[in-house]
Amino acid sequence: MTLVSRRTLMTGSAGLLLAGCDRINSSPSVTHTLDLAEGLAYRTQRLIVGREALAPEYGVGDLSPVFRSNGNALPRSPIWQGLAASGFRDWRLRVDGLVRRRLALSHGQLRALPRRTQITRHDCVEGWSAIGQWTGVQLSLVLALAGLARDARYIVFHCFDDFSGTPYYESIDLVDAFHPQTILAYGLNGKPLPIQNGAPLRLRVERQLGYKHAKFLDRIEAVASLKDIAGGKGGFWEDVTGYEWYAGI
Amino acid sequence: MVVTRHRWPTRVWHWLNALTVFVMLMSGLMIFNAHPRLYWGRYGANFDHAWLQIGADSRGGFVNVEGLRVPTTGVLGQWHDRSGAVQTRAFPWWATIPSHYDLAGSRRWHLAFAWLLVVPGLLYWLWSFARGHFCRDLLPRAAELRPSHVWQDVKDHARLRFPTGAAALRYNILQKLSYFGVIFVALPLLVLTGLMMSPGMDAALPWLLALMGGRQSARSIHFVCAVAIAAFIAVHILMVLLAGPRNELRSIVTGRYRLPGRRA
Repeated sequence: MTLVSRRTLMTGSAGLLLAGCDRINSSPSVTHTLDLAEGLAYRTQRLIVGREALAPEYGVGDLSPVFRSNGNALPRSPIWQGLAASGFRDWRLRVDGLVRRRLALSHGQLRALPRRTQITRHDCVEGWSAIGQWTGVQLSLVLALAGLARDARYIVFHCFDDFSGTPYYESIDLVDAFHPQTILAYGLNGKPLPIQNGAPLRLRVERQLGYKHAKFLDRIEAVASLKDIAGGKGGFWEDVTGYEWYAGI
Repeated sequence: MVVTRHRWPTRVWHWLNALTVFVMLMSGLMIFNAHPRLYWGRYGANFDHAWLQIGADSRGGFVNVEGLRVPTTGVLGQWHDRSGAVQTRAFPWWATIPSHYDLAGSRRWHLAFAWLLVVPGLLYWLWSFARGHFCRDLLPRAAELRPSHVWQDVKDHARLRFPTGAAALRYNILQKLSYFGVIFVALPLLVLTGLMMSPGMDAALPWLLALMGGRQSARSIHFVCAVAIAAFIAVHILMVLLAGPRNELRSIVTGRYRLPGRRA
């Protein structure tokens, strides 16, 4: 075999290999097999990362000079725009689903609850990180006020923003919901939460990637299963592009 | 004379890695394409200083390393896809899995094959320590690390003077350093820096994250190690071709290796 024909063979087979990879990538059974790794990562992390293990917290000197915004920076929803126009005076965080008491909490009521301030790192699935100081109320306090029903397994966050008309939403399990650093944040870097970062209220779930941190919160719902919500995969990006529901890695 | 060269764990691990490492490298390049900038420290995003950036501007594709702009139009930053359209992602379609922009897809491949890299890798480590492969064949001896000895080996490689007879069975110092470096430095660092990019694992092992200098440093080290592995593979394949691909391939497939005869 001459070197030229070997090279032709090699580039040719590389092309075939790549075309094959793309076919493999779009095959549902392959996707399903690869998705097993998500469950493995989820269970492994739940096993070896302590329930209460804290995400690293940083000092004021570590703050990103500019905390960039990502995803939607300004919801198009007329309801949200109306609420924003009056400084969110009439906004209420609804808490419902599998709870003993439905809640509708105003900004003032949330601020009256014990607050937690934490300087943490926001890791986008794309690869960048930004460090910010978040202030808010622990989700566990709000859930305690509502009282979870026995069959509640997940907490779903419904948002005011949308992509091409499909509303944004996210969900987490109860381990992360009751984690001490999981807060509903109304402040960033000592100021009221800016609109581009999710005003009036956003989720911080510090042991997962950025797309889990739902912004522009409208309603929190406790559910037994994620199957019947939107696309059934537990979040907007999970439904639309196939990002992992468990984004701890 | 034909002898047994590579034991079966080495051969199985080699070919498993031949697949796994390619999937990891190519899916990793696609993940890099989602944010083609690298930083040092705890944080790093678009408004922060990147020590490495691959991108495109009016002059075409470029790689920027600490302010040094290297034009790379056609390969990195700006290239033609299979339909002939101009794309401005960092790594081109033929280097990534999947070949079209798909962060979710590349993460799926990367995070699944990571298990195939880590679990057999740990087993191979255990085996190579337990059976003495590590100490006998891979650990450089003090005498071999003398600069004069290393330099002699560099000169032998440059002149393509490969050992003959029984001497060919022992790894020379450059081989030892590269195999040792890949198995016990680059691969473990890749795995650990990969884990430290996980916000979940950072909560479990904050001291390891601190040791690496923060998440964006971990991401940079991860990329540098991946480039080192890619360079190792290129040199490795070149050396196999130069040393006699038929004999070398047989030894890593069947274990049987023919001792090279004297040079004429």
